[in-house]
Amino acid sequence: MTILRMHHLGKAYKQYPNHRARLAEWCLPWSKPRHHLYWALRDINLEVSAGEALGIVGMNGAGKSTLLKIIAGTSQQTEGNINAAGRVAALLELGMGFHPEFTGRQNVVMAGQLFGFQVDEIQELMPGIEDFAEIGNYIDQPVRTYSSGMQMRLAFAVATAKRPDILIVDEALSVGDSHFQHKSFRRIRNFREEGTTLLLVSHDRSAIQSICDRVIVLHEGKIVKTGPPDEAMDFYHALLSERDVKLIRQERHAYGKLQTISGRGDVSVAEINLLNEEKKPVYAVETGSSVTLEIKAQIHKTVPEMVMGFLIRDRFGQIVYGINSYRLGKSMEHLSAGDQVTGRFSFEMNLGKGNYTISTGVSRQESHLSENYEWRDAGLVFSVYNTKKPDFVGTASLDAVLTVEHLPSRQTPHSFEQGQR
Amino acid sequence: MFSKHIIALWSYRGFILGSLMRDFQMRYRKSVLGSLWAILNPLATILIYTVIFSQLMKARLPGINDTMAYSIYLCSGVLTWSFFSEIIQRSQNVFLENANLIKKLNFPRICLPIIVVGNAAVSFSISFGLFLVFLIFLGKFPGWIVLAFPVVCAIQAVFAIGFGIILGIGNVFFRDIGQGSGILMQFWFWFTPIIYPISILPEAIRSLVLLNPMVSVVSAYQSILVYGNQPDWLSLASTALLAVLVCFLAFHFYKKRSGEMVDEL
Repeated sequence: MTILRMHHLGKAYKQYPNHRARLAEWCLPWSKPRHHLYWALRDINLEVSAGEALGIVGMNGAGKSTLLKIIAGTSQQTEGNINAAGRVAALLELGMGFHPEFTGRQNVVMAGQLFGFQVDEIQELMPGIEDFAEIGNYIDQPVRTYSSGMQMRLAFAVATAKRPDILIVDEALSVGDSHFQHKSFRRIRNFREEGTTLLLVSHDRSAIQSICDRVIVLHEGKIVKTGPPDEAMDFYHALLSERDVKLIRQERHAYGKLQTISGRGDVSVAEINLLNEEKKPVYAVETGSSVTLEIKAQIHKTVPEMVMGFLIRDRFGQIVYGINSYRLGKSMEHLSAGDQVTGRFSFEMNLGKGNYTISTGVSRQESHLSENYEWRDAGLVFSVYNTKKPDFVGTASLDAVLTVEHLPSRQTPHSFEQGQR
Repeated sequence: MFSKHIIALWSYRGFILGSLMRDFQMRYRKSVLGSLWAILNPLATILIYTVIFSQLMKARLPGINDTMAYSIYLCSGVLTWSFFSEIIQRSQNVFLENANLIKKLNFPRICLPIIVVGNAAVSFSISFGLFLVFLIFLGKFPGWIVLAFPVVCAIQAVFAIGFGIILGIGNVFFRDIGQGSGILMQFWFWFTPIIYPISILPEAIRSLVLLNPMVSVVSAYQSILVYGNQPDWLSLASTALLAVLVCFLAFHFYKKRSGEMVDEL
């Protein structure tokens, strides 16, 4: 069931050269328009179904907050239409409208009334709010005596006291201690299970990948990518270094995974191979085995210097390991068009079982944000299995060794002495 | 067209009432005398006009040989004018003052001017209640005709809020309005027969002053409270019509500019 539908949505801000121009446009009926329109959003078409978690990513100024404000109903679109079925709650500005002189309880009532609740409804919700905010007797103290964390907790508790149909969560949520963060995420997860649609804005790749079903990438007011979290986040990552949508390509591997390629294209990675101990290319390796990552780069334009590197990401997109030729003290210089450069990184695959992706980068300097020849996300996908070591959890294989010392509780003085030694 | 707003207002009645109570508490919080100040301020106004004008200056209204009559005349004009000007002054800032709420939360914005009127009504009923006590004390209570009083108040409030909303929206775009309205209100005050009786004006100017819609309102108050007479219902009706028209205009202005206004806040 579609709960949120946007059709051809656009938002433009009017920009006048000065105040007098606006007055003239308002008051003189024959006046031609004296403003120009700045389009913050254009041609947004999006359908979100009930219970879906949609991630929204984009650089500063891409139009994320404008979109959220229109969904929340505080800002009006210039063209197109939007339909939201049900109550929308936005955790955009927590603690909004809290008055420092009034007590927490009075502020809860006031905030609740702003959300459109009646006093008796708020009184009913009050015990739950007090309980969730964990501020104890402070609830009857003026809010100005609260720490910022307490204000935040109370505000979150009020805003989520009742399950909304659509919940907008901005990054602001990453405030508070980890105990409260976990608690608030648990509440958001519960809402989702009960059918709340979640719109999450974040730059945190692992938050997006662990929560969202689908991600849209906004760039210069348009949706430039819609897709599964990992593909969209790769695209966004490429966008961050490239800032030009046209230079980003996404290609599907034979086995279905989408790789994202961006960069100037002076150099391209022609082949990525993960070789096992017998130098055979593989897609699955044993934990702890010796492997070689072979990256073959094709030089298309003469470049004075080059740094080649790679990253290994886990299934949440978290970087597990990454290194490059510069840090390993190997230089690649004076490369002419037509040359082929192969880098072989040998290491021991001390990772836990699971699926991983490899991103490769070739750039002029160490940071691929500088002069980026090519960045390739999800260039290779491989899995790690564990048949030889004891089964463990996590991505790092730390090879713990266990020794046990057992002291029986009834000890003779003699054995106690021994124990002391 | 309006029913949607009426429903929204009804479902936000808790917010409106709560805001009124909080605003009142806020004003006298952390003061030892507390809400006593709500009484002391209008009391001072009444005393000043009574003592200075009627006792020290011995000013008299033409045709009435009673020193108290002029002070009642003054108070009935000044107290009701301050109700009018409070609504206008507060509503021209209402959108700017609540910019944060408007930008961040989705709630019926029509609540905001209603709260302004409610706040002004609370302080006006305190000062006017005092004034009535003062009249009873002097033995000058006008009698049953005082029942016409709320009708005049309603006309005045509707006119004030319509006008105030227009100024409030305009003020978001052009701050000149906030600066200029103070001057406008001063001129308006002196072009309304509040301190002086209209009869002292020269004939030519009098017909000009009569174009001022507030004249009929203020003279209605005066005729009720000073003379105990029926107000001039006909001229009040024209002001009432104008008030409705201004509100209608304000509503349309709001509908046309509200989207742009949020962007501008």
